[in-house]
Amino acid sequence: MTFLRRLTRQREFVIFLIVAAVFVFMIFASPVFLTEGNILSVLLSLSIESIMAVGMVVLMVGGGFDMSVGSILGFTGIILGKLLTNGIPTVPAVLLALIVGVVIGLWNGFIIAKIKINPFVTTLASLSIFRGLSYVFTSGRNISGLPDAFQAIGQARYFGVQLPIVYALVLLIIGEIVLRNSRFFRQYYYIGGNERAARLSGISVDWMTIIAYMLTGVLAAWAGIVFTARMGSASCQAGTGWELRVITAVILGGASLKGGSGTVLGTFLGVFLMALLSNALVLLGVDIYWQQFVVGVVLISAVMIDTLGRRVGAAGKQEA
Amino acid sequence: MDTILETRGITKSFPGVKALDAVDFSLERGTVHALVGENGAGKSTLMFVLGGVYRPDAGEILMEGKPAAFFSSHDANRAGISVVYQELSLVPNLSVAENIFAHRQPVRWMNLIDWDGLHRKTTQLLALFGSEKLDPRTPVGELPIAKRQIVEILKAMSVDPKILILDEPTSSLTEVEAKELFDNIRTLKSRGISVIYISHHLQEIFEIADTVTILRDGRHVCDARVCDIDEDFLVTNMVGRKIGNMYGDPPAGRQIGETAFEARGLSRKGEFNGVSFRVQKGEIVGFAGLVGSGRTELSRAIFGAEPPEAGEMFLNGRKVSLRSPRRAIRSGIGYLTEDRKAHGLFLDFSIRDNVVANHLADFSGSFLGFLRSGRMEEFTQGRIRDFNIMARGPGQTVNNLSGGNQQKVLLSAWFGIQPQFLIADEPTRGVDVGAKSDIYRLLRSLAAEGIAIMLISSDLSEIIGISDRVYVMRDGAIVGELARERATEETIISLATGLQLTRSKECVE
Repeated sequence: MTFLRRLTRQREFVIFLIVAAVFVFMIFASPVFLTEGNILSVLLSLSIESIMAVGMVVLMVGGGFDMSVGSILGFTGIILGKLLTNGIPTVPAVLLALIVGVVIGLWNGFIIAKIKINPFVTTLASLSIFRGLSYVFTSGRNISGLPDAFQAIGQARYFGVQLPIVYALVLLIIGEIVLRNSRFFRQYYYIGGNERAARLSGISVDWMTIIAYMLTGVLAAWAGIVFTARMGSASCQAGTGWELRVITAVILGGASLKGGSGTVLGTFLGVFLMALLSNALVLLGVDIYWQQFVVGVVLISAVMIDTLGRRVGAAGKQEA
Repeated sequence: MDTILETRGITKSFPGVKALDAVDFSLERGTVHALVGENGAGKSTLMFVLGGVYRPDAGEILMEGKPAAFFSSHDANRAGISVVYQELSLVPNLSVAENIFAHRQPVRWMNLIDWDGLHRKTTQLLALFGSEKLDPRTPVGELPIAKRQIVEILKAMSVDPKILILDEPTSSLTEVEAKELFDNIRTLKSRGISVIYISHHLQEIFEIADTVTILRDGRHVCDARVCDIDEDFLVTNMVGRKIGNMYGDPPAGRQIGETAFEARGLSRKGEFNGVSFRVQKGEIVGFAGLVGSGRTELSRAIFGAEPPEAGEMFLNGRKVSLRSPRRAIRSGIGYLTEDRKAHGLFLDFSIRDNVVANHLADFSGSFLGFLRSGRMEEFTQGRIRDFNIMARGPGQTVNNLSGGNQQKVLLSAWFGIQPQFLIADEPTRGVDVGAKSDIYRLLRSLAAEGIAIMLISSDLSEIIGISDRVYVMRDGAIVGELARERATEETIISLATGLQLTRSKECVE
């Protein structure tokens, strides 16, 4: 009983039910759905977003929020493209691209934590700045002709599984373990739940905030590296609008904009649901333009079910 | 005796104020030492200095005779000082165990949390206060306030402090819960922990403290052993002048007129049931009861915020149906709220904007209903004078006023609609002694003008001090009505709890 109560009280539970329902429905609705090829293509389509979402959920648990991840993804791709086409070898180029992500995160985090500018405004500015720089550096043209060694990062397969899926799964598993169980990451729940209390408990809130933005920055950069390698070219439009998809997934998975809640498991379910829905619409032959509409409806429904459920639960307890 | 903590000449200034002026303070091991003073006397500043949140401008802190300097709350913790803050500093989503151990959870391999160890250690701590039945995994947000406070104190205890500072710990507790808290404090004391106890409730000091330090305007006024002094002595030294009877006396020759408000059989499922009462013109009627006895719910229902499901209400003999606060205000009912920050005041606005907010129509000119600023200014000036509000002027932001002065602003705002019936829900919560007596005086003068007042309060001496008649509520029903002469703490507590209480505690040497 208590186990069941604890289970149903988790926000992940609602989204798990939705995912399970869509999954079971699709098994019957489409013969191709449950084939290895299709499942792998769903996983591949969610891999890049998952990498970014792991950083985002940590940030959002701590009460933060990053609108610039899509631009960071695009910008690191462009930097990589420039480096690689100018003869820099793959390993140093990739490291430099990661450093670019860390530095952008540091910039965001510093402005938010130390100068105390609202995260929405700060990262909205970064979104614009780094997207803008991507266009400036390339005059809007794509960079192609990237070396094969680099492209392997995003295209190689092991046992038939593309590497981006492996990266995503590894990050999700590590993220799930550390955000739930490590003393360091656990601090974000205090910060997001009650910032004043966190400060009084001796948590260095400012530093933790900066670190969280650096984490979303470096993971967005890694997503940019993998995406560029997979595409084989760097486009200055890469990642446009993805910040909203990532934030949507994290909220679907149980996080709140106020901070203090959210898990990596839930976030994975959120990302998975969004990829599943696009796949289902394609397989069912529905016009692809319905996709965004459906995501919006699912988002607001999941959050409403959760909120209303909580309210009914709370009222029931008071009566008792 | 054995001095554990001493401060010498602690001085701390903020722009425009000297919050602490060369304060000397010393604390003996294993005692409960009360720190009293009006709001702004410097109690909180001293607490923040000892807790490592503020750095003093001058002066030194000696911990067990050795100089100590705190740069953060972490340093203070390490030196053995732990603070329980007034505003509960807990995270509602996290469990009891995680709140208590904040980011000091026991860990094993790779800094991953040892959950079993964490829950075991939490249960051990809970046992200290006889709460070992509480599941350490319960989210704090699901606990009642009194339990949350236990969690808060245990959180402070978890760093194994030598000194525990409690800031207004009873401000959200009922009398019975406060008694339990005092038992817990005695437990701590018996384990050799020294406690600095900050409170507005002077009786509590006599109940729990051994010694007391009085601060006024940032200065140390005097130290005394609690058994050598009385409440009068405390008040006189806190305020710096004789206050006399804080509650005042009903004005002579006052007429208690016909019934102004009457309720018959008000009910709302799960909150209150079959409540009937009446309040006469010019009368202050106290509503006593434990937190959760349904008093606040009842008053909100009368005010139309959450209308009753059954029952009738009469204002001046006419039946009224109050389906919304707007209607209630129109019919002449005012509501001075318990939580003035959340419900009553526009904190970021000026005194003027607050005072005129609920009767703007009086200030709008005939041309397109534009507001006349001159009249508002003049009106606010008058209110500041009449209500003795300590402020720079009508334009000052309410946020910058002390709690007592905020309450006076709220009171004057309600006075503006000339209500016939005023509900005052905990009107002096968190307000200092001087402002309290101002508020009592104002309530009395409102009553003298024929306004009927319903006073809800958890402060028994306040209920007894100014009510003409007292209703006692328990579990959503009125369980007793007491005339002024019969309203004593004992009778009210025994009605409110349904228990026979024996009072104890005199000075024990």
